[in-house]
Amino acid sequence: MQLPSGYGSHPPNYSAPSGHYSQVPNKAGASHLDNQYRASYYPTYYSAPAQNVMTPPVGTSVLNTQESQQLYNKTPPHTGGSAEGPIQGAISSASYLHTSAQQSYSAFGNHYSTSVSSSVASQGFPLNSDHYTMPVVSSAVYPNVSYSVAAGSVYGQAFTSQSLPAVGQFKETNTFSSQSTSVPHLLQQHVPVGYNTTLSTISSAQSVQDNLCRNLTGSVAKVNNQINAGGIDSSQPVHPVSQSVLFTKPGAGTSVSSAVISSVRTPAPSLSSQPRSSPSVTQSPELALQEGMQYGGYVNNQASSAPAPLSSSSDDEEEDEEDEEAAIDSSSTTSSASPVLNNYDALEGGGYPEARSVTSSPVPAPSVPQTSKASKPFGYGYPTLQPGYQNAAPPTPVQPSNSGHHPGFQHYPQQYPGVNQLSSSLGGLSLQHSQQPESLRPVNLTQDRNILPVSSVPAPVPNLNSDLRKLNCSPDSFRCTLTNIPQTQALLNKAKLPLGLLLHPFRDLTQLPVITSSTIVRCRSCRTYINPFVSFIDQRRWKCNLCYRVNDVPEEFMYNPLTRSYGEPHKRPEVQNSTVEFIASSDYMLRPPQPAVYLFVLDVSHNAVEAGYLTIVCQSLLENLDKLPGDSRTRIGFITFDSTVQFYNLQEGLSQPQMLIVSDIDDIFLPTPDSLLVNLHESKELIKDLLNALPNMFTNTRETHSALGPALQAAFKLMSPTGGRISVFQTQLPSLGAGLLHSREDPNQRSSTKVVQHLGPATDFYKKLALDCSGQQTAVDLFLLSSQYSDLASLACMSKYSAGCIYYYPSFHRSHNPAQAEKLQKDLKRYLTRKIGFEAVMRIRCTKGLSIHTFHGNFFVRSTDLLSLANVNPDAGFAVQMSIEESLTDTSLVCFQTALLYTSSKGERRIRVHTLCLPVVSSLADVYAGADVQAVVCLLANMAVDRSVSSSLSDARDALVNAVVDSLASYMSTASNLQQSMLIAPNSLKLFPLYILALLKQKAFRTGTSTRLDDRVYAMCQMKSQPLVHLMKMIHPNLYRIDKLIDESTIHVNDRVVPQPPLQKLSAEKLTREGAFLMDCGSIFYIWIGKNCDNNFIKDVLGYPNYASVPQKMTQLPEVDALSSERTRSFISWLRDSRPLSPVLQVIKDENPAKTDFFQHLIEDRTEAAFSYYEFLLNIQQQICK
Amino acid sequence: LKNVFPDLGLQIITLSDLECDYINARSCCSKLNKWVVPEVIGHAVVTVLMLISLHWFIFLLNLPVATWNIYRYIMVPSGNMGVFDPTEIHNRGQLKSHMKEAMIKLGFHLLCFFMYLYSMILALIND
Repeated sequence: MQLPSGYGSHPPNYSAPSGHYSQVPNKAGASHLDNQYRASYYPTYYSAPAQNVMTPPVGTSVLNTQESQQLYNKTPPHTGGSAEGPIQGAISSASYLHTSAQQSYSAFGNHYSTSVSSSVASQGFPLNSDHYTMPVVSSAVYPNVSYSVAAGSVYGQAFTSQSLPAVGQFKETNTFSSQSTSVPHLLQQHVPVGYNTTLSTISSAQSVQDNLCRNLTGSVAKVNNQINAGGIDSSQPVHPVSQSVLFTKPGAGTSVSSAVISSVRTPAPSLSSQPRSSPSVTQSPELALQEGMQYGGYVNNQASSAPAPLSSSSDDEEEDEEDEEAAIDSSSTTSSASPVLNNYDALEGGGYPEARSVTSSPVPAPSVPQTSKASKPFGYGYPTLQPGYQNAAPPTPVQPSNSGHHPGFQHYPQQYPGVNQLSSSLGGLSLQHSQQPESLRPVNLTQDRNILPVSSVPAPVPNLNSDLRKLNCSPDSFRCTLTNIPQTQALLNKAKLPLGLLLHPFRDLTQLPVITSSTIVRCRSCRTYINPFVSFIDQRRWKCNLCYRVNDVPEEFMYNPLTRSYGEPHKRPEVQNSTVEFIASSDYMLRPPQPAVYLFVLDVSHNAVEAGYLTIVCQSLLENLDKLPGDSRTRIGFITFDSTVQFYNLQEGLSQPQMLIVSDIDDIFLPTPDSLLVNLHESKELIKDLLNALPNMFTNTRETHSALGPALQAAFKLMSPTGGRISVFQTQLPSLGAGLLHSREDPNQRSSTKVVQHLGPATDFYKKLALDCSGQQTAVDLFLLSSQYSDLASLACMSKYSAGCIYYYPSFHRSHNPAQAEKLQKDLKRYLTRKIGFEAVMRIRCTKGLSIHTFHGNFFVRSTDLLSLANVNPDAGFAVQMSIEESLTDTSLVCFQTALLYTSSKGERRIRVHTLCLPVVSSLADVYAGADVQAVVCLLANMAVDRSVSSSLSDARDALVNAVVDSLASYMSTASNLQQSMLIAPNSLKLFPLYILALLKQKAFRTGTSTRLDDRVYAMCQMKSQPLVHLMKMIHPNLYRIDKLIDESTIHVNDRVVPQPPLQKLSAEKLTREGAFLMDCGSIFYIWIGKNCDNNFIKDVLGYPNYASVPQKMTQLPEVDALSSERTRSFISWLRDSRPLSPVLQVIKDENPAKTDFFQHLIEDRTEAAFSYYEFLLNIQQQICK
Repeated sequence: LKNVFPDLGLQIITLSDLECDYINARSCCSKLNKWVVPEVIGHAVVTVLMLISLHWFIFLLNLPVATWNIYRYIMVPSGNMGVFDPTEIHNRGQLKSHMKEAMIKLGFHLLCFFMYLYSMILALIND
């Protein structure tokens, strides 16, 4: 921040590496030479299919100076900068006695070395205490504070290195690591190597032509439709067929006079009292015959899309620098920044005598320039006072001249909700200074019982300089498990933590800069979108931060519409925001943007009618019909099925909706292909009629079979011309036609501790169907509302691979199970009205040297880094695992970019781009310091799901436990002077064992407790597809005590006073009979009321005179005019507001049978089948010592 | 000694396997899966023929590969679309392991080819 202008300093950042890279053809450059594309590399490259993200060649950029239509929402400058003053004061009031304070700023790969060091020198002793430890340290006296200095330059200088004594003990059996490399534990001279050594082989993926150009007429071209009308008659006793209609099949060229294809239902006698609800008998004989033409049009569209390579490169190059072990080097090289060199080892503190018998964790000094290392103050165990980690200077009067941001700290409003505003901003400030040391503070897990933070667990802030940190992507959208990226795969293996990203790319954002520009500036070789972390070499050129290619700045980009000035490309919104959305031009389209098309496939068998879900679905649809995202082209259709499939002709002009029954489920076809999906606005009355009639239409059905497979095939045929969304409501095991399933669950095995079978699909029918759908840009969303086993493991495939979503309502019944009914209602409201993106693709790019090897979530992986998402919704989360293919020694920063190209419901093609930037470190301690425990746990959960399906559940459980054991053992051996008999975790990972235990007690992974197979599979599906915030609530719910809310501290949100009770441990010991507790499980709130709960609370909040009169099933809090009621309700609604799905509330009395639901979430307690938290820790300790 | 023929088909497979990165996963996998069964059968037949004609050495050489082929074919989970599953081929380094396997097999078949050729010539001379 000493830099005079925000980005003026960037060119020097990368000027050093440029020497390396300019020599060497980068990846795409190499592929250019690849003889596959030698002749026509660029043409093919740029004319990729629309699913691929593409631009015109940069050279053809149009000079467009008129940009009045651009929309920019500037992120407002951070508030809270004013907090700096008080903090400085507070810190200076703490009596530090530094006899020798020396510090070094080897900032960040040399970027700021000149400016920073000078400014810091003038600063004197910086504010290096952090606010967490202030009370503790305020009276401490530090006789020796000295700092050794890390090497100043990565690029030119060889490190002298010394290896740790205790490192040789690592087992190289990382359970999750796909490759276990043998790490030489050698003292080694480590010289950074350029990319010269790592020229990768290039392979380019070709187009997905097959998927796209599949014959769309295939669905129409079926000719052999021979149906016996008599069969229908006899099988439909309730709805006798009064009329048979002869259909002609369009598209087949000849009009095939098949036998009776469908029949029109007359109203059943029982329905005659409701004339509106009966479908009309009239059937217009003339069917649109131009269907073939219409299909043909689409075919043409598809065919004309040039099949082009998707041009993804994969590095098959193995890590040839694996033996280059820089991981444990601790540099003691001096640099000019620090005249005094201290041997920190000599200064290592002893044990802190009273509270902790643990000695400090003096981590060997890392060799990364950015982390200049400080030694411990003598006699004090916490490395919290180190000024060392600052790469940014402490707040000084010097302000960057750009855009009014306060340089002080990064402030994430979502991250620090509520009352902790002040403290979080304090925290934010202190994080900047000594967050790393704090996160490395050793925590003795077996002794420290209160490890939960007061409010929610914040995401660690990457240890970047404040300019970059300010620009970085919000952790809500984009999180990495390790915010300090290890330099080599060997180091990563040693840390025993998984490296991966957790993405929530389509999250609902309150503000998002939308950029309309005729040229979307991208790197010419790797196609990265321009982002805040690129460097401008001069006015006219910028250097890609992923592949390091130097690109030209197009003329249009020189003009900044925000300031209306010319010649400031680095101030464009693309370069000022790490999350932006581009309105894409027609180059990004393969076909005209599709309209929003919604198809509802409803189960109307006896089972479904009995459960009564139809009423809720139709009611919700009626209410939200106008709120369905879409434009004037929006289309909608309905299919119902039992043992036959029923279609509804809703063509405009009909007086009533027409039902068309197809009973030939072995060879399904569409009776009137063009009038089944109708324009929502033109046929609104008919749709409303149908929705009103539908719940009562099947009340007397005796059909128990379910032909889900054929109905899905029909739905696919109906959707394939356009793509869109299919919503399937299913209530039982499909029993007829293609895709029929058999019950595989053995109820006696539910609580087995040994093997849990049938976690995988039984048939590949649903998977194939999903892939077909995905190819036609159709997503299938599954709502399973069953009371019995329905083989979700097989059914879920239809959504998993078509990028749909899955909802499951076990033992659903409209009247017997009101909680589930309410949940369905709320879910549907959200489902129907939330944002939706069609025909989407997502590509994840990362800095050269990193590669993605596994994806988690609901999608189809089309090529090595391209995910095909037929639909994308704001509640979908994704995870990827990464590996380090090449050593990252040449770079101090790595970047990840997610680009999501989608068609909005308004028919606009848009690209949402998120970019995350993280520092690279070379010491193991720094890797631990940057670990993001929530992200690690979520990624491990995803991996464990994969493991339990591909191998076995017990394997997955073992792997989870091993993940904790290995990483903690590895950590303990880095901190050599820790007593081995203790179970020590770095502060950043102190919640790791707790979360893993919580995972093991999840429905997905638990054994010994009776768990229905479908419940288990559903929990697994959720782990794979939920974003981190929701998943963490599911894994580790938040427990609050709410009977004394008046006494709690409060915050003000929108004129409401919201109390902020502290988080409680998930243990029965925290529950008292006198209290009332709220548990926030993400999708459900439980309120548990103790037997002796204060009557005032029951009266005021619950609205009942005493405990006994509180009903068993209570799902709402009354509005009582009392302070405690108001506070409680405002707290609950505040919790609700923070998430898209509004959770169901359930009040549970102590003797209620439903209390097991509540108590199963108390994961720190012992159950008959699982450890308590303390036992679990002892178990881990035992395994570590073994 | 009429056993030279079964190798050509397998090499085509390995080649298309190598190409895997250039084409869409769906079509790549369906193309590859088509060849899995012929490969298994072909190899099993060759192995059995060796046993019948009492070429113990060649039989023992072929046995592990044939066993691996059959094992791989049998162990495909019921929900997968064959040995090569398009939804999983990009995960967990499967592509790499398939490629490695194909390379090893290619080497093995080349070795076998020359061995068969040698023994055929030897047999012709002896005739």
